[in-house]
Amino acid sequence: MSTSAAKPRVATVSLAGCFGCHMSVLDIDERIFDLVDIIDFDRSPIVDFKDFTGRCAVGLVEGGCGNEENVEVLRSFRRNCDILISLGDCATMGGIPALRNLVPTEECLREAYLDGPSVHNPSGRLPNDIELPLLLDKVRPAHEVVRMDYFLPGCPPSADTIWAALTALLTDKPVQLPYELIKYD
Amino acid sequence: MSETFTFTIDGVEVEGEPGQTILEAAQAAGIYIPRLCHKDGLEPWGGCRVCTVTVNGRSASACTQPAAAGITVENETDELVDMRRGIIEMLFVEGNHFCMFCEKSGNCELQALAYRLGIAAPRYEYLWPTRDVDASHPDVLLDRNRCILCARCVRTSRDLDGKQVFGFVGRGPGKKIAVNASARLSETGLDVTDEAVDACPVGAILRKREGYRIPVGLRRYDGTPIGSDIEKGASS
Ligand code: SF4
Ligand code: SF4
Ligand code: FES
Repeated sequence: MSTSAAKPRVATVSLAGCFGCHMSVLDIDERIFDLVDIIDFDRSPIVDFKDFTGRCAVGLVEGGCGNEENVEVLRSFRRNCDILISLGDCATMGGIPALRNLVPTEECLREAYLDGPSVHNPSGRLPNDIELPLLLDKVRPAHEVVRMDYFLPGCPPSADTIWAALTALLTDKPVQLPYELIKYD
Repeated sequence: MSETFTFTIDGVEVEGEPGQTILEAAQAAGIYIPRLCHKDGLEPWGGCRVCTVTVNGRSASACTQPAAAGITVENETDELVDMRRGIIEMLFVEGNHFCMFCEKSGNCELQALAYRLGIAAPRYEYLWPTRDVDASHPDVLLDRNRCILCARCVRTSRDLDGKQVFGFVGRGPGKKIAVNASARLSETGLDVTDEAVDACPVGAILRKREGYRIPVGLRRYDGTPIGSDIEKGASS
């Protein structure tokens, strides 16, 4: 249980994503023991740290940016991490949340909160609380908001893909993934 | 037998026959030149420029340029590979490609070229155009979100099926694949057995009720890059 300061720190976040990519991180199975031997998790839902506690070597970003909070969090990841990785199709190209890019935002909100067949909303109001982050006009992939250093596409990327990339980065080896590990689906 | 001649591709001596394009001669010699709008058996179209090579230093599309004695062809230079990547990236951002649920995924030539060329994310901004879907035909789906305007369906329907079901309308960013009917695909003479249905390199024309039939891992490009059949010498 030592918190050796020498271990590189890894942060992860799910922005406009479904947590599937985080599930795929956990899908490395018992290799997670090898992982925590060489890293400490920092800000991440995996350890439930809500804020950065120090400079991170690697940040894994799941999901693109669908609202202003996503943008703010992504920017703080860029500020706090040496290497930022787009993890999965949503971070890489917008993914399923970006399906709303094909419909005007207003129409989207109407369908979700007023007109949809399963909507019960007698007040007829759209959510408009000051606490709620504003939607962006479009869902943007992470690299359209900040500079991203690596991309691991896939929906989700396989545990082997994540493992291969992470271990290469953490041991200062080039990230060269074999053909079978890069997939867009 | 007509006279054969020789020329070089990336320094390798290749034999050509009169009437062959550079792409065909390369393919017969087991050299893969990436291509997208070209399909064996169709008239060359020269539309996508993915097959661009240099011939004696000048760019040319290998699918239309005749092979000739003594020419020097470059195929796999860093510059050409990056240019091809750029074209593929443009095709991704100009359409709406959601590979994670596309029925063509794993068997798609656009996706397979992106894999082969090592594209992780496009350098261009996504455009998210508005495109429509025509699901009127009982057996065939036309999803314009994925159409890359390669004209393979146009040429196949015209030249192999003898039907002219498909054509283009509009220009520039508004150009789109159209069907030979006042409105919809169901009103055309398209049959599910037409070769045009199989000609589409992407998931823009799909047979209905066949999606996801092949398990992940066994699809055409899951394990081997596009073009490796040609490189193994299985000439077409
Ligand atoms: S057509 Fe090809 S590139 Fe487009 S979404 Fe389908 S699999 Fe992906
Ligand atoms: S529908 Fe398919 S074959 Fe026809 S032009 Fe579009 S991409 Fe090419
Ligand atoms: S394959 Fe030659 S231009 Fe498309």
